[in-house]
Amino acid sequence: MNNIAGRPLNEDDEEDEVNEDGLEAWERAYTEDRSWESLQEDESGLLRSIDTTAIQHAQYRRRLRALASNAASARIQKGLIRYLYIVVDLSKAASERDFRPSRMAVITKQVETFIREFFDQNPLSHVGLVTTKDGVASCLTDLGGSPEAHIKSLMGKLECSGDASLQNALDLVHSNLNQIPSYGHREVLILYSALSTCDPGDIMETIQNCKKGKMRCSVIGLAAEMFICKHLCQETGGTYSVALDESHFKELILEHCPPPPAIAEYATANLIKMGFPQRAAEGSVAICTCHEEAKTEGGYTCPRCKVRVCELPTECRICGLTLISSPHLARSYHHLFPIVPFVEISASSQNDPSHRFPNTCFGCQESLLSQGNKPELSVYCPKCKQQFCFDCDIYIHESLHNCPGCESFRHSKSITTAQ
Amino acid sequence: MPSAPSKNYTDDVSLLVVTLDTNPFFWSDFPSHFSDFLSQVLAFLNSIILLGQLNQVVVIATGCNSCSYVYDSSSNKNHASTNGTMPALYSNLLHNLDEFIANDKQLTKAHEPGTVPSSLLSGSLSKALCYIQRAFRSGPMHPQPRVRLRYWLIIFSVCKDLPMGLNSTYLMIFTFYTFNFCIAVSLQITLSIFFRYVAIMNAIFSAQRSSVPVDSCYIASSNSSNSAFLQQASYITGGIYYKPPQLDGLFQYLSAVFATDLHSRAFLRLPKSLGVDFRASCFCHKKTIDTGYVCSVCLSIFCEHHDKCSTCSSVFGQSQSVAASTDNRKRKAE
Ligand SMILES: [Zn+2]
Ligand SMILES: [Zn+2]
Ligand SMILES: [Zn+2]
Ligand SMILES: [Zn+2]
Ligand SMILES: [Zn+2]
Ligand SMILES: [Zn+2]
Repeated sequence: MNNIAGRPLNEDDEEDEVNEDGLEAWERAYTEDRSWESLQEDESGLLRSIDTTAIQHAQYRRRLRALASNAASARIQKGLIRYLYIVVDLSKAASERDFRPSRMAVITKQVETFIREFFDQNPLSHVGLVTTKDGVASCLTDLGGSPEAHIKSLMGKLECSGDASLQNALDLVHSNLNQIPSYGHREVLILYSALSTCDPGDIMETIQNCKKGKMRCSVIGLAAEMFICKHLCQETGGTYSVALDESHFKELILEHCPPPPAIAEYATANLIKMGFPQRAAEGSVAICTCHEEAKTEGGYTCPRCKVRVCELPTECRICGLTLISSPHLARSYHHLFPIVPFVEISASSQNDPSHRFPNTCFGCQESLLSQGNKPELSVYCPKCKQQFCFDCDIYIHESLHNCPGCESFRHSKSITTAQ
Repeated sequence: MPSAPSKNYTDDVSLLVVTLDTNPFFWSDFPSHFSDFLSQVLAFLNSIILLGQLNQVVVIATGCNSCSYVYDSSSNKNHASTNGTMPALYSNLLHNLDEFIANDKQLTKAHEPGTVPSSLLSGSLSKALCYIQRAFRSGPMHPQPRVRLRYWLIIFSVCKDLPMGLNSTYLMIFTFYTFNFCIAVSLQITLSIFFRYVAIMNAIFSAQRSSVPVDSCYIASSNSSNSAFLQQASYITGGIYYKPPQLDGLFQYLSAVFATDLHSRAFLRLPKSLGVDFRASCFCHKKTIDTGYVCSVCLSIFCEHHDKCSTCSSVFGQSQSVAASTDNRKRKAE
C-alpha cells in the first residue's frame, strides 16, 4: 500500500493489490489487461472489438470433435470411479506474478472451481490434495468425497517457499494410491509452477513405479514445457499441457473433470456393495454420526445399521457401507451415453431448398435472423434435424446432455435408437 | 431462517416456465376434465402476471408424442392488436394448445395403438431449461440494476413413475452401444424408457447446476401414491413437490403453495416433505432395494452377487482387458 494517495477514493475494489512496479493505477490497467489485443480493424479502418463469440464457438467445436473422435477410436468405456490426487506446487516459483495477482492465487482459485465441478460430474469419486515445497511433499487432505473439506484446507495453507520435488510428490501419491480398491482408477493431476525439481534419487525409477502402479499422471505447467513432465505423462498415459494465461489454465484444468476413457487394463472390474438410504421426513429428530449433533432437517438413514448421516454420498461411519442415492448413479450415466456433436449449417446449405430451416432455435425460441434478415450461423442435430443457436449448442453439450429435439418426438426417438 | 439480503429479493421479477401435461390417455380415464384443470391453471398464471408487471410466463405443452411451446407472455403476438381490438386473454394459448393436442393425437394414431405411452417430460424439461438459459444470457430485463430475475419452473405432471429398474432389454442396449450390436425392433419401448429416465435426470441435474428450482404438482387420484420421481426432482433442485388431494380447489392449492417467491417461502408453512425415496431398483429383477451391488464399470445395480456383469459383460475380480478379449473372441466364434 505505498501509493494510496495516488488512488481515487472510490476505487475500493482494488485495495489489496500491492503496487511494486512503480506504475500508476491507470498504467497498470493497460499493461496488465492488454485491452488493445482484443481490437481489430474493420474494412473502413475503424477500430472495433473482435467478435469473440464466433471464435470461441469455433474453438469449442474443435474440442468437441476431438473428444468425439477419441471416444470413437477407444472402446467407449470410462473410468467412472476415480481416485484423484491433486499435487499443488507451492515452491518459490508459485509466488511469481506473471499470473494476476500471483500464480498461487490463480491455482487455488481454479482448484476450487475444479473440485466442485469434479464432484458434480463424478459423484462416486474421491480427491486428495498433496503440496510440495522446500524439497519435500506433504499430504494436505486424504482421499475423500467432500468438496468443502478440501477447499477449506487448501485455503488455509497458502505459503510458498523452497523448491518443488516431483519425485517426493509422486512417491507419496504412489504409496497412498496403492491402498485403494482395485476397481478404482488411479489418477494424479500435477499443477507445476517450477522449472526444476529437487529430487533425492532417480526420478526415472519413480516414473516406472507409477507406470507399474497403474497411475495416470497428468501435468499442467504454468511456466514452460519441461522434458521430465512430458516424459512422465507419456509413460503413464496422461496429458501434458502448459497454460498461457488464467483463462487458458482454467480451460486446461476443467478438461480433467469428465472421466477419461478408461485404459482397459488399468482397473479391475468389481461389484461394490452399496446402500441406498431413504431421506427421513422433515422434522424427525435424530443424532447424526458425521457432526454428532441432533438434527431435525431430515437426513439419511443407513439401511444396514440405521444410523443417521447428513449428506450423500458418504461411507457409513459405523458399518463402513458406501451410501449413495439412485440420482447419484443417474448423474454418471450421461458419460456413457454422450450426445453427438451438432453439425454446422453453412451459408450455402441454408440456400439449398431441400434443407429448409425455420431460423428459430428449437431450444430457446430465439430468432436466428440477424438485423439484415440474413441467417446467422447455427447448428443442427444430425439425428432429429432440429436447428439450434450457438449458445444452446454449448449448453446442451456441456450441461444438459440431452438434445431437446430428440427428446421432443417419440417417433424420431425410436428411429435414432434403432440405427 | 436464512438472513439473506432481503431487499434484493422482495421486488423480484419472475420468469415462470410451466410444463403442462396433456396426456390424453390420462385425462380420458380421470374423473375430472382437462378443461376444468386448465381453467384453474390459467387463473393461477394470470395471478402470477398480476403480481408484477414485469413477470413473465412461458407455457410448454407436454404430450405423448411431441411437446411444444404454446404461450409466451413476452411475445408481441399476445399484446399487439392487428385489427384494433385487444385479443382475448390467453386466446393465443388456447388456440395453440388446441392445435398441439390435435397434432399430438394424430401422431398417436400413426404409432402404437395398443400401448399407453407416458408423456415426454424429458423433451419439455430440456426446452424449458434452454429457454431459461436464454434468459440468463440476456441478463436483467429490468432497468433497475438491483432487481434480480427469478427463474422458476413448475411441472404439472400426470405421468406415472418411470421404472428405474431395467430388465434384460437394457442389457441389450448397452451391448448395442459398445459393440454396435443390432437390437430387435420390439425391444425399443423399454429401451426408450431407460433413455428417457436418464434424459429427465440429466435435465434435473442441469437445473440444479444453474440453481433453477423445479416445483412439481402431481395430478393423480387421491388414493394413488406419491411420485418418487417428481419428489426427487424437486428435492434436488430445492423446489416444492405437492400432490393436491382433490382437483376442485386446485387454484387455491396453487396460489397457496406455488405462487410465493423463493424468499417468502422461508417464512411460510409450506407442505413439509414426508421423506424422499432414494432407493434404487435392481436391473435383474426390478425389485426396489436398499442395499445392493453396483458394477464398477457401468454402474448397473444388482440385488445379489454375480460373477459377471450381465450389462457390460465384465468379469468381476479380473482385469478388464482379459474380460474384453474373451468376450470378443466369443463374439467372433458366434
Ligand atoms: Zn451430520
Ligand atoms: Zn451403517
Ligand atoms: Zn437457442
Ligand atoms: Zn436431436
Ligand atoms: Zn435383482
Ligand atoms: Zn457392468
